[in-house]
Amino acid sequence: MTEHGGQGSQSVTGAQSLVTSLEAAGVTDIFGIPGGAILPAYDPLMDSQRIRHILVRHEQGAGHAAQGYAAATGRVGVCMATSGPGATNLVTPLADAHMDSVPMVAVTGQVGASMIGTDAFQEADIRGITMPITKHNFLVTDPADIPRTIAEAFHIASTGRPGPVLVDVAKSALQAQTTYAWPSELHLPGYRPVTTPHAKQIKEAVRLIREAKRPVLYVGGGVIRSGAHRELAQLAVLTGIPVVTTLMARGAFPDSFAQHLGMPGMHGTVAAVAGLQKSDLIISLGARFDDRVTGNLDSFAPGALIIHADIDPAEIGKNRHADVPIVGDAKEVIAQLVALLQAEGADGDYEAWIAFLAGLKQRYALGYDAPTDGSLAPQYVLERLSDIAGPDSIYVAGVGQHQMWAAQFVGYEKPNTWINSGGLGTMGFSVPAAMGAKVGMPDTTVWAIDGDGCFQMTNQELATCAINDIPIKVAIINNESLGMVRQWQTLFYNERYSNTDLHSKRIPDFVKLADAYGCVGLACESPADVDATIEKAMAIDDQPVVVDFRVHRDAMVWPMVAAGTSNDEIKYARDMAPQYDDVQDDWEVRA
Amino acid sequence: MTNKHTLSVLVENKPGVLARIASLFSRRGFNIDSLAVGPTEHPEISRMTIVVNVDESPLEQVTKQLNKLVEVIKIVELDGPGSVNRELLLVKVRADAASRGAVLDAVQLFRAKVVDVAPDAVTVQAVGNADKLADLLRVLEPFGIRELVQSGMVAIGRGSRSISERPQRTVTIPAPSSAIASTAG
Repeated sequence: MTEHGGQGSQSVTGAQSLVTSLEAAGVTDIFGIPGGAILPAYDPLMDSQRIRHILVRHEQGAGHAAQGYAAATGRVGVCMATSGPGATNLVTPLADAHMDSVPMVAVTGQVGASMIGTDAFQEADIRGITMPITKHNFLVTDPADIPRTIAEAFHIASTGRPGPVLVDVAKSALQAQTTYAWPSELHLPGYRPVTTPHAKQIKEAVRLIREAKRPVLYVGGGVIRSGAHRELAQLAVLTGIPVVTTLMARGAFPDSFAQHLGMPGMHGTVAAVAGLQKSDLIISLGARFDDRVTGNLDSFAPGALIIHADIDPAEIGKNRHADVPIVGDAKEVIAQLVALLQAEGADGDYEAWIAFLAGLKQRYALGYDAPTDGSLAPQYVLERLSDIAGPDSIYVAGVGQHQMWAAQFVGYEKPNTWINSGGLGTMGFSVPAAMGAKVGMPDTTVWAIDGDGCFQMTNQELATCAINDIPIKVAIINNESLGMVRQWQTLFYNERYSNTDLHSKRIPDFVKLADAYGCVGLACESPADVDATIEKAMAIDDQPVVVDFRVHRDAMVWPMVAAGTSNDEIKYARDMAPQYDDVQDDWEVRA
Repeated sequence: MTNKHTLSVLVENKPGVLARIASLFSRRGFNIDSLAVGPTEHPEISRMTIVVNVDESPLEQVTKQLNKLVEVIKIVELDGPGSVNRELLLVKVRADAASRGAVLDAVQLFRAKVVDVAPDAVTVQAVGNADKLADLLRVLEPFGIRELVQSGMVAIGRGSRSISERPQRTVTIPAPSSAIASTAG
């Protein structure tokens, strides 16, 4: 089926063929842990001049590191594990990468072909297990299939809507003799991602854009993955249309631009939420109308027509009907929109709408109350970190309150500088993903912004960082609890704090823990010390740094649209609903 | 009944494809009414005929999700009037010397066929659409049905057009190391 053209073939082991194939695919870094079934591959890997293998402490760390690497660089992240438990430990990162469209290839060992299906030692049907959480997966039992499978895996992972691909290789295939030949062609009759949009749809979109009175650019992670930030900036500047960037798209459009309303959704800004909710035309670019953005779907943006551009046709119309569906790569779609708008005239009149949203942006700017007892506000830590570390640093968050504050209070100016687990919401993502990002971008400062709960799920990778010279910086926003869950208990469960108290200001001692892992440990619990602590961390370049920011535990994330309710029910602080009336009248009368 | 849709799905003939498709239906919350899988005129391609009971808009979603599977080559919805659809039925009917004549009459009326005879039973083979087979069973039921087995539906479009023409396609990838797309921009 495959044309084995290319370089002259030579007799090698399957393991050697695998390593050579990975080299041919351009791999330079692999995160992984050896074990029985994958062991044959680790022998030739030791001799590879092109591939650096980083021995992690848990396979989940390998997976998240590959994700962080991919998200920071745009290249395919690679992780490796053995059969059975090694492979099942990759399940969470694979599911995470699938939800957030992260290009990633996982190579796992499998028991020998003759043992498959016998419940052999360390056997798990990882291909069956990961079918619904990978873009595609393979089981290789014939060593001759290794180069073609690796080539296909990298092609599938990195093209179209990116995603994780798992290649499970039987130990017998790794041990057998085979010939290595990198394929010159791939035979994938069922895989044809559409990247070029249909001209008719672009034309219709431009017509709606010119006619709209209250348009908004709803920018999702697809703009980041496709590298379409320059085209987006052109479109936004050309038309003046207000922009919202979702959690996955923070950094796709500079926060410093006046027309940027911020993040929409459950913890979005009032202006961004209103910008979608009261719009008459939502131009969705690489976004997927996720429930965390739309709130109650039936009452989401009731007056809006929808232009929905996405590379994945299955996203279009999935949650919200699209009036103008556009299948294509965000970069091409936006470039064509720009070109046609330039030709026909970007002459839409959105003046009143822009003024209305500017008013909301000013009146309901993100804010927080400083604790009256002199203790540390978590939001303040993020604000200062943003100012001191700046927009050239990469910020990698875990999941929970600290993630939302990091999305809200850090100013992003560039794509791929904000990395988080958006779709799956994987606690423990931050430290290993930051490690991966730092390996991919060694000259960039990488800050893991983590919660005390998240940090305790994956912090063993600090050992990997310290030993392998991967000097990440970790800001633990320590509120000694599972903060987001606690916030919901405060709001919806009568302040009954069932199992959310972690006591992490007492146990463990994060400074000592950092020290034990060969990192520099710092602690800070007073607003007055924040700047000096961050600057101290910034000055350390040869070691990982962990800062325990001991913050006020009752701080909550605002604004908030409670789960399942309408975006109209947004509160910018507890029991405080924004007033639109006086500003709204203006555009309603004029429109 | 009214929301039944027949999908013809051409897939690569590879291990695990059926599991992939079946798990996609279950994960997205769709029930498969009937499923038939078999070879096609191309040895490397199998054809699945899937009957699902869904409204128009979820059908679109499940079709799009199916299309995303790398091993799915093509999906065509076959509507009733524009296609021929058939199921195969094998049914063991009680038939002794006294009743055998009446059973054979029914079999003949429905242009079915007796494929096995025992002293107290006959095995009948019938081919037809779901309605015809249901009618046959209604007639045979009074004699006593001892066992029955029915295939999934297979369907093919009417006319000379073929859905499996030129389904092959080769994607050419450039030099090895650029298999990795640099999208960092």
